Amino acid sequence: MSKVIVLTSENFEKEVLQAELPVLVDFWAPWCGPCRMMAPVLDELAEELAGKVVIAKLDVEDASNQAIAGQYQIQSIPNMKLFKKGQVAKDFVGFRPKDAFKSELEAEIQ
Amino acid sequence: MENKNEPEKNYDLVIVGAGPAGLTASIYASRYGVAHIIVGSLLGGQISETHLIDNYPGIEDATGFDFSQKLGHHAQKYGTEIIPTTVKTITKENNLFELKLDNGNILEAKTILLATGTKRRKLSVKGEEEFLGKGVSHCATCDGFFYRNKTIAVIGGSDSAAGATVYLADIAEKVYLIYRKDQLRCEPYWQKLIEKNSKIEVVYNTNLKEISGQVKVEKVVLDKKYKDSDEIAVDGVFIEIGSDPNVDFARDLQLEIDEKNYIKIQADSATSISGVWAAGDITNGSDKFRQVITAAAEGAIAARSIFNYLKK
Repeated sequence: MSKVIVLTSENFEKEVLQAELPVLVDFWAPWCGPCRMMAPVLDELAEELAGKVVIAKLDVEDASNQAIAGQYQIQSIPNMKLFKKGQVAKDFVGFRPKDAFKSELEAEIQ
Repeated sequence: MENKNEPEKNYDLVIVGAGPAGLTASIYASRYGVAHIIVGSLLGGQISETHLIDNYPGIEDATGFDFSQKLGHHAQKYGTEIIPTTVKTITKENNLFELKLDNGNILEAKTILLATGTKRRKLSVKGEEEFLGKGVSHCATCDGFFYRNKTIAVIGGSDSAAGATVYLADIAEKVYLIYRKDQLRCEPYWQKLIEKNSKIEVVYNTNLKEISGQVKVEKVVLDKKYKDSDEIAVDGVFIEIGSDPNVDFARDLQLEIDEKNYIKIQADSATSISGVWAAGDITNGSDKFRQVITAAAEGAIAARSIFNYLKK
């Protein structure tokens, strides 16, 4: 069973930048309704796309994570960035329904 | 979830849309014993992004998210399933409706309720798409946090625009509310809050021509001068200029719509086609007031009318 990885300033380098598989990082915050709507979608996709993409999330409200959010110039959330070999390959800004997002994501990780 | 091409199940009613109209219709349909299911990708619909609901009786102070969750739980309490996807097509044959879903499933229903609401209107100016997520936002509650002590422009004059402006003024150093007319069209309640807030400046009779910057938003360009310049330096632009009905299904089913594409409904929320009801922001009902309370009311009325129709 695959789960969404909770990112911190400590594990970001290892889990995202050095990862072998593509990693989808969800920049989110607890006050953001659409982010919370997105959470169960990402939970399901983490399982359904296990082995193809790793799904991870970073809480931008947490003060210790804000340097990373700043580095990637996060100004709108939910903001999901697909990292390949440590580089941002694609941005997805805003809530999207599961089926539509799964298709979008699969197209990027073929 | 498995995909198949045969109708998964026949329902008395399929509710399309999971906002206040669809969820309220579901609550009433459950109590009337109408076998139904809801298809809707965003629980609560547009209201889920509102920072504060304080004009729904009994709800003095709730976030749009919490209110949406409560509505969802209330509908689900009766065992109703909400499929979190979208409907691709609806066709009618032999008095039965067939709904193809985005997840590949097919549903069949004796009646349908369209409660798909509206979608955000675009400003259609240069920079709007380019800077989405880089200073252009549609959700004040989501993104206000990133503008602490910064300067923001809010575009629009409605309750949504006014609410966003007041919310953002708490966080930002300065908020320009830019509106194309000479008076805001929001509730006087919001107008008073705006007038007495020294961080807010309203720019009337002005349209946006462009949103520009290098890698992120740096300024907005106006169609006329404001204080000797046709540019205002801002860090972010929040676009709240209203919405248009999601009219695709109405066209597919050849429902009567009004001149602005809202579905025409009767007093009982029935549309021009037998077996199809509509409720909420997508209709021309409730004197076009388009509030949570009118959406909920239309949903309840539709559920009762559907119950009576199915009894025949």
